[in-house]
Amino acid sequence: MTCKEFLAHLDDLIDDSVTAEVRAELETHRGRCTHCEVIFNTTRKTIEIYRSHEIYELPTSLRDRLHTAIMARCKKAC
Amino acid sequence: MPTIQSIAGELEPHPDVALIERVRGGDLSAYDLLVRKYERQLFRIAQHITQNREDAEDVMQDAFLKAYEKLEQFQGNSKFYTWLVRIAVNESLMRLRKRRTGKMVSIDEDIETEEGSVPRDLADWAPDPEQNYNQAELGEILRKTIQGLPQGFRIVFVLRDVEGLSTEETAETLGLSIPAVKSRLLRARLQLRERLSRYFHRKKAIKETGVGK
Ligand SMILES: [Zn+2]
Repeated sequence: MTCKEFLAHLDDLIDDSVTAEVRAELETHRGRCTHCEVIFNTTRKTIEIYRSHEIYELPTSLRDRLHTAIMARCKKAC
Repeated sequence: MPTIQSIAGELEPHPDVALIERVRGGDLSAYDLLVRKYERQLFRIAQHITQNREDAEDVMQDAFLKAYEKLEQFQGNSKFYTWLVRIAVNESLMRLRKRRTGKMVSIDEDIETEEGSVPRDLADWAPDPEQNYNQAELGEILRKTIQGLPQGFRIVFVLRDVEGLSTEETAETLGLSIPAVKSRLLRARLQLRERLSRYFHRKKAIKETGVGK
């Protein structure tokens, strides 16, 4: 397996949607190729960081204000 | 591969379905619950697309109002949440168009099409690299980094990886083909990875220090 082929399967490997057979090939490549091993680990980490850190938080006070406004507009639209 | 459980799970109606029925029957308090349930996600998505807090506030309000008014049109063959997200994405893009008058804005914007290049940056990251920054610094890094992505990549990454929509749902929401979603997702992930490497890479070994960068 070449690095390019590995990369073509990277998302499927991260999302765990590969067959056991392909997975085995990908794991073998990772074991031999530091480059792809680094890309795999850091890409997975990238997703994890964005998933676990809310970068656009909605503060409670704003949330309440918007919520009230939405419901008032819906009531009017009834 | 579908398991017996997942098949059974599909047969069970989504809890939103009952709420929607109540709203259709005139019970506004049921809509209140749906708004509560999804307002944070919608605000985040709108903020990611418009990159502007006031716009995101407007989008969130308009999207919920529009969904309420159009609820009769909701078919129920997709999830209510996915339907809602599609309304919010469209509202966000419309808002952007208004802002940049005369300039077309679409999710196809800024997409170069060369495919499959292998990333060259080999720097491994420090273990738990985010711990080298405080919350405010980290937030700033993550915001700046994702804002730098082309719009069409950013939306796909946000829906698929941050908000947890499936590939199919993302495609449906954005009116893209599944291969298009997959190709954008891969490139979004790789570009983010590469940009974050600037902040998260492992400190160089002693013998390498002084070799620039
Ligand atoms: Zn490789």
